[in-house]
Amino acid sequence: MNRINEKLNSQGKLLSIYFTAGYPALNDTVKIIQDLEKNGVDMIEIGLPFSDPLADGPTIQDSSTAALKNGMTTEKLFEQLKDIRKSVSIPLIVMGYFNPMLQYGVEAFCKKCHEIGIDGIIMPDLPLDVYEDNYKATIEKYGLVNVFLITPQTSDERIRQIDTASNGFIYMVSSASVTGSKSGFGNVQTKYFERIAHMNLKNPQIVGFGIKDSETFQQATKNAKGAIIGSAFIKHLTTNGVAGIGSFAKSIKS
Amino acid sequence: MYHADEKGYYGEFGGAFIPEMLYPNVEELRQKYLDVMYEESFKKEFNQLLKDYVGRPSPLYFAKRLSEKHGCKIYLKREDLNHTGAHKVNNTIGQILMAQKLGKTRIIAETGAGQHGVATATVCALMGMECIVYMGEIDIARQAPNVARMKMLGAKVRPAFSGSRTLKDATNEAIRDWINNPVDTHYIIGSAIGPHPYPDMVTRFQSVISEEIKWQLKEKEGRENPDYVVACIGGGSNAAGTYYHFLDEPEVGIIAVEAAGKGVETGESAATSALGKVGIIHGCKTMLMQTADGQITEPYSISAGLDYPGVGPMHSHLHKSGRAEFYSATDDEAMTAGLELSQLEGIIPAIETGHAFAIFDHKKFKPDDVVVISLSGRGDKDLNTYIDYFGLK
Repeated sequence: MNRINEKLNSQGKLLSIYFTAGYPALNDTVKIIQDLEKNGVDMIEIGLPFSDPLADGPTIQDSSTAALKNGMTTEKLFEQLKDIRKSVSIPLIVMGYFNPMLQYGVEAFCKKCHEIGIDGIIMPDLPLDVYEDNYKATIEKYGLVNVFLITPQTSDERIRQIDTASNGFIYMVSSASVTGSKSGFGNVQTKYFERIAHMNLKNPQIVGFGIKDSETFQQATKNAKGAIIGSAFIKHLTTNGVAGIGSFAKSIKS
Repeated sequence: MYHADEKGYYGEFGGAFIPEMLYPNVEELRQKYLDVMYEESFKKEFNQLLKDYVGRPSPLYFAKRLSEKHGCKIYLKREDLNHTGAHKVNNTIGQILMAQKLGKTRIIAETGAGQHGVATATVCALMGMECIVYMGEIDIARQAPNVARMKMLGAKVRPAFSGSRTLKDATNEAIRDWINNPVDTHYIIGSAIGPHPYPDMVTRFQSVISEEIKWQLKEKEGRENPDYVVACIGGGSNAAGTYYHFLDEPEVGIIAVEAAGKGVETGESAATSALGKVGIIHGCKTMLMQTADGQITEPYSISAGLDYPGVGPMHSHLHKSGRAEFYSATDDEAMTAGLELSQLEGIIPAIETGHAFAIFDHKKFKPDDVVVISLSGRGDKDLNTYIDYFGLK
């Protein structure tokens, strides 16, 4: 069984952390992953930086720009991760935009992920129909879980389609926004969280966008299986470097 | 076979590569745009505004002195005479009416040279809609007159501070705005780019250009089809409109002129067909300038309107299929061609448009060839650049 599915079957709420590979420094990738695992993080999304991250706010965009400037590439990331499974056992997901994956070659990309021990991919701009028509077979052939997003605007009908096409979890975007732009949840979010919970989907949901601390983590995971923190962690790295990863990670689930 | 299929593909190019956050809006547009465009009331209102407000039909003018100089029969399609000074307004009129039909109340747009921003601000003023235009910080500085026009028209101009701070980044910011405002907002894309149905919708709104050329040329030459149609290409909206009704007429040669910047091989260029590879930019699969690693690279052109690292999916298909001939003109060639047009015909073109006129540096036509050039915009906004370049002070 894929590590993601195993983790989703475990008890308790899951904390997933996103970071941009190559930031703050080019070779921080492995240390960040190891420190996050050591400090109780359940799953990691490794961001493959892209020049034009149009679903991201300034925090992740700036970290992507910096990472590219530092010399991060797809090849470089795979090289950094080649021995990661010797020291890390939690699920690892590569998250990025579709063009770098396309240029690397979709099959070569999936094959490499499989060899390294990557468990899944999230490509927000690889839409459901293109995935099913062109890439599903390849992604599944290499045992990767492909994760789709839903938003408060996604219709029930489409959520059902996405649920059918998914084989891991559904990435539930908390509000109509790019990453990092809103924090805290109001009535609108609570209602949306409840609506999704009542749909009894086959895939568990993990909430992303707008989670930054213990309080928002609790709110987001009241109905969902887990929550993802991205921009808040990047901000932490910007301020503290890689030194204080443990205290950040521990503060969320406390 | 040169038009978009149901999923928005032109051959292998096009489609809608969008994050789920944009799906409801883009899907709503995809489902409705053709029905709306075919509605009698919509057509009537669109055509009425094009006539009374934009000033269409734009003349098809026989350029006698330019024809003598280059040894063929040259006609100019005078999009520069449209209200706001370029072809851009054909599309913004169509899209503002579309936005109203969809019940949207807030309009966003991206702009490079500011022509599309001005055309959008204009129709928003006309319809009393809120208007926010994203523009790269660098373009705001180099296109100050158009920034002032947009503000005069009541639009908010928001600078894009990220990346190269030009058109590509303004487009990213507009897309982000749309993600953040999914319910009340319509995004008026100005070029034949973006996720399906945008390239097809923009092309259809601009197709009035070639529709008019057909009957105007019939009046003047006794035939609807010229031997060649020529247009400059950045994203490719004026080219798409100029070619549209000739795509399936094999006797009409289709010519595209891209911006070579300082030269295709110099690393400072926007000649996408020569330098690009297939990839995904702003929601569609098309030719784009990128690194081996799939990072989108920064283009360069003296003209802000052609300073874009991609080209519309229809044009990628026309290029790959061989239906269109692609050329590229350097800054110098475009500027010189702009000066020549000014002094032979008394028409100062936009620098973007100057690239189309540089075709004569690259291709020799036969004396009886009828060549229609899309004069996509006027040069008022570029006077400072011309004056500096030619030392006319």
